Amino acid sequence: MAIKFDKISDGHYQLDVCGYVCPHPQMYTKKALQKMSEGDELTLLFDNPSSGESILSMCENEGNEVFDRQEGEGTSSWKIRKG
Amino acid sequence: MSSVGVINTENSRSLFAHRGGYTAMAITAIVAVLSVLLLMDDSRWVYLLVYVWFGLAYGLLLQYGRFCMASAVRDLFAVKVPRMAVGMLIATALFSITAGMVTVSGYSTFHANPLGWHIIIGGLIFGFGMIFTGGCASGSLYKSGEGNMNAMLVLVSISFSQALFVDMGSWSNAFAPSSWAASAAEKGMPEELSATDGWFDQFTAGYIWDLSGGTVAQSLDSGNSWIDIFIGNTLLGAIIPTIALLIVLYLTVYRKGYIRRHKLPSVSLKNDLQGFWSMMTASKNTALAGLGLGVFAGLQMWITGALRERYNIDNFGEILESMGHTDGLSMNLTVFDPGYWYITTQEAQLGGWILEGLGRDTRDNIFFGLVNGLPNPLLNAPLLMSVGIILGAAVLALMRHEFKWKFPSVETAAFALIGGALMGIGARVGMGCNVGAFFAAVTNGDLSGWVFLAGMTLGGLLGVKLFNMWIEWRAVDDEFNV
Repeated sequence: MAIKFDKISDGHYQLDVCGYVCPHPQMYTKKALQKMSEGDELTLLFDNPSSGESILSMCENEGNEVFDRQEGEGTSSWKIRKG
Repeated sequence: MSSVGVINTENSRSLFAHRGGYTAMAITAIVAVLSVLLLMDDSRWVYLLVYVWFGLAYGLLLQYGRFCMASAVRDLFAVKVPRMAVGMLIATALFSITAGMVTVSGYSTFHANPLGWHIIIGGLIFGFGMIFTGGCASGSLYKSGEGNMNAMLVLVSISFSQALFVDMGSWSNAFAPSSWAASAAEKGMPEELSATDGWFDQFTAGYIWDLSGGTVAQSLDSGNSWIDIFIGNTLLGAIIPTIALLIVLYLTVYRKGYIRRHKLPSVSLKNDLQGFWSMMTASKNTALAGLGLGVFAGLQMWITGALRERYNIDNFGEILESMGHTDGLSMNLTVFDPGYWYITTQEAQLGGWILEGLGRDTRDNIFFGLVNGLPNPLLNAPLLMSVGIILGAAVLALMRHEFKWKFPSVETAAFALIGGALMGIGARVGMGCNVGAFFAAVTNGDLSGWVFLAGMTLGGLLGVKLFNMWIEWRAVDDEFNV
């Protein structure tokens, strides 16, 4: 189990922080978004519910858009567009 | 007004008619049946059950609001998100009002902590540790209920680190000033406690007992208890500092982003007030959980106070003694029984009880031997409140499709054990955790809680700095480095 950050295609990245608890998911999401350019999309996979709350607020504050939220059994897949 | 367009699939899903929902109902039913059976055995078990039931309510609220005081400090510094700090302060303001009502009614079970350097140092160690564990004392309980085994490891570490810390032997005497030993010797403690032997005993009898503390109401002492309690404890001690902190949070963290998002060319007072309100309501779940915790925390004190009056007792140990359960009582025939929301002391008792079962003499100290006792975990009412928190959180997480067994990695397990040990040591030095030493303290007019928060915040800031360095260091040879 490790944190995986991959470039899937041009302008599309994926960050998988499943298995990690606070504060890893929100801190790695912040770091991933910093590496991306405006308009790029990030698919974020995580399974620590409380990080979601922080990531939503963080994106709102920094002008990034969470435009899709799929919730599975304990695992979330979100899509974020960098603003 | 939000820039976050959200397609939320969560709300459209059933809460009950699925596997998690059935498990949640089964847990609720088991607690209900056990409660009835206990009450049929002896109606005085209601005193213990009140702890369990309030634990369930706290667990539900904590999970609902993802309410964790570690994130209040950490997210503020790490990702500039104030939502949890705001939720924590809302809960504080509201609990100070309900606590005031309970104090006026005469049912308050609260005792102020003695004020001294230990509070800020304990808060600092605790706050530093909780950055690495990912949760505060209460947060780790509710996250355990979500199936998070990392959080369970934190609980194990907090329990045993505290038990070993309060029971340190002669080797630790070298770290205590000789004045503590002299002062401890003057207290005339029974031989078997060996109160002049061991760092923590000398710290307790030779340092803590020489300090004094109290509430704002006690220092006002105007002769009118309503004024003392509501003006002193509630308004001066809790609400005004809370509002001041919220304004600081708005000005330093939230305002800039708010102005940018709303593209305001110039900022009027009206804009600022709207921005402030936007910060307060940014996370409705967190704010609502804060409101609920404030109300329930007050209610628990009131109900426990009323039960003490009804049974004419000061401590649960008296009920246990009359039922014949005397094994776990302290020398004073008491057990730990705060009568309000508390976390760490009962976890220390769990660790101490297990160590005693393994053959260690864990009663030759003031903490367990004289004050808190070492009851069987099944008879330890505050510990069952913690179990209630785990179960309450599990019930809601199962219903919301958020329960998942999560195994720690070597990295997060090491963080959980080391961070948890620091939290345990910090909690004993500072005389409580984010709940007992901060939340329950400031809301009852005990200003030492604000000192604990200052230490916890400073420790949190240092922890975030070190954590960032760790992430940077790992990124060098990590897959993260694209």
